[in-house]
Amino acid sequence: MIEVQNLTKRYGPTLAVSEVSFDVQKGEILGFLGPNGAGKTTTMRVITGYLPPTGGKVRVAGFDIVEEPLEAKKRIGYLPESPPVYTDMRVEEYLAFVARIKGVPRREIKSRIGEVCEKCAITDVARRQIGKLSKGYRQRVGLAQAIIHNPDVLILDEPTAGLDPKQIIETRELIKGLAGQHTVVLSTHILPEVSKTCQRVVVINAGRVVAVGTPDELTHRLQGYETVLITAQAPAAEMIDKLQRVDGVNWVEPRDSKDGSITLEVQSEKGRDLRPELARAVVESQWKLLELKTSGMSLEDIFLKLTTKDLSEGAQGSAPPETASGSDTKVEGEKAEEKPPSGDDGSPESGS
Amino acid sequence: MRNILAVAGKELRTYFHSPIAYLVMTVWAGLCGFFFYSFMATYVMQSFRMAAMGGMGAPPMSMNEIIIRPMFEGILTVVLLLLIPLITMRLYAEERKTGTIELLLTSPLTDLEIILGKYLGALALFAILLAMVFLYVSLLFVYGNPSFRPVLANALGFFLFGGALLALGMWISTFTRNQIVAASLAFALFLLLYVLDWVTAYSTGRVSEVIAYMSLTKHFESFSKGVVDLSDLVYYLSVIVLGIFLTSRSVEALKGRP
Repeated sequence: MIEVQNLTKRYGPTLAVSEVSFDVQKGEILGFLGPNGAGKTTTMRVITGYLPPTGGKVRVAGFDIVEEPLEAKKRIGYLPESPPVYTDMRVEEYLAFVARIKGVPRREIKSRIGEVCEKCAITDVARRQIGKLSKGYRQRVGLAQAIIHNPDVLILDEPTAGLDPKQIIETRELIKGLAGQHTVVLSTHILPEVSKTCQRVVVINAGRVVAVGTPDELTHRLQGYETVLITAQAPAAEMIDKLQRVDGVNWVEPRDSKDGSITLEVQSEKGRDLRPELARAVVESQWKLLELKTSGMSLEDIFLKLTTKDLSEGAQGSAPPETASGSDTKVEGEKAEEKPPSGDDGSPESGS
Repeated sequence: MRNILAVAGKELRTYFHSPIAYLVMTVWAGLCGFFFYSFMATYVMQSFRMAAMGGMGAPPMSMNEIIIRPMFEGILTVVLLLLIPLITMRLYAEERKTGTIELLLTSPLTDLEIILGKYLGALALFAILLAMVFLYVSLLFVYGNPSFRPVLANALGFFLFGGALLALGMWISTFTRNQIVAASLAFALFLLLYVLDWVTAYSTGRVSEVIAYMSLTKHFESFSKGVVDLSDLVYYLSVIVLGIFLTSRSVEALKGRP
């Protein structure tokens, strides 16, 4: 339904989005995840035809957004970050205006307004002035606006930003209800949102796609091992070598060293607690064991790992967690989607 | 066309949702009333004086020359320099500030449809102002008999004059998100265009002729005399087309920016 190929967008010398490629299938909900300033909004603005791309191609429902903008735009419903509402209009009046410019036939406008008001639960405020509505209602008016012409594709930029928890849940339900008839792309920087709403996730950081997969795959891939942090007074190289030979250890990575002590991160298969074996290995070698603890990983940690890692880091020596056997998830141009990552390998690395 | 009308209708409604339309209309009605009254009073006094002197064989005084012409050419064009920026300032600046420009530019509308829609909306408000002042003028037809054609020529000229200002004001409104800045810039430009033919006072030759030709006032002269000159028509229409063209270039440039 949406094909994005090598999309690049520059603002003057600033590179906002670089070589981003992904596909969205019909009826799917795709989450667009990234920290603030990662290029989510820019990508969405290019897809909706608001900004012209510097390079690359975007096709929506088979229409190129640059070459056939009108045909493509007819099939897109778009909710920008702040709902594009005219605050001095009444809800009904506003929706009627949007319906007209989106090309809804005159006879159907009234019934469409009724339908979307019901869907978005704004029927009771339909006669109120938009400027006097609360943020949550305004957001829903924005959503109603996006679906008024029954578009094939819905692009939602942070649809739950600034809402209270109850409204967030309602909005998520609403979006889920829209999938199937509509193809939905939504952006967010909130991780739980993705796992709760989206079927597939594109993680973007600093204008590049860093991972593509289902939320489960992403979580599993990054949490598919146990991590133990071990601190001891020992020579670093020898200790790494020793621990790597302990049965069940996947790999060891130095974390920190000071005052003659060294902290290592040891990863093992899921479900195996290696602490006793590690302790024995250290003590057998006559090193002084100072600390030993397991380290869990929250969704936030994963997100941070994906988006804050040093891009120059490569897979060398004892692989750091970000690049450990991440080849399955590597994003290679437009083929990224056809290569869903396998369950229990390491985290992805960036393209190039 | 349907799209243009949809945008135009929205623009016109927005004027009446905000205080702007009422402000502009009140100021306009007040000023027009005052000027109409004072020119009328002058006319009445002069005609009494003429009657007292027994006419002396002079031709009867013309309402067109003493009331209508100085009112439009002398005063109301100046009032427009002030009021038109108030009408045009929000056209793009407001949409940019509130982010609704994103709705328009991602809708299946061409840039030209949006621009023409906005222009027509503003023009419609201006037409209401024009209708208001001709309400006053129509009183002259009730109590006197001014000639009709010069009044029509005045109306046409005034409409074109305002239309040209609206097109330029719309262009300036694309520059900024701040409506005050848009209005101030528009006013400065209008004032400059208005006084441009002053150059003929201190310089002669080709250059000053060309500069004077660009002046907005110069072309209103013959309309106000009751003459519809093709060259003046062409001048105002080309300013309108230029304004719309510049707006479309400016909107195009807007899109490259976040």
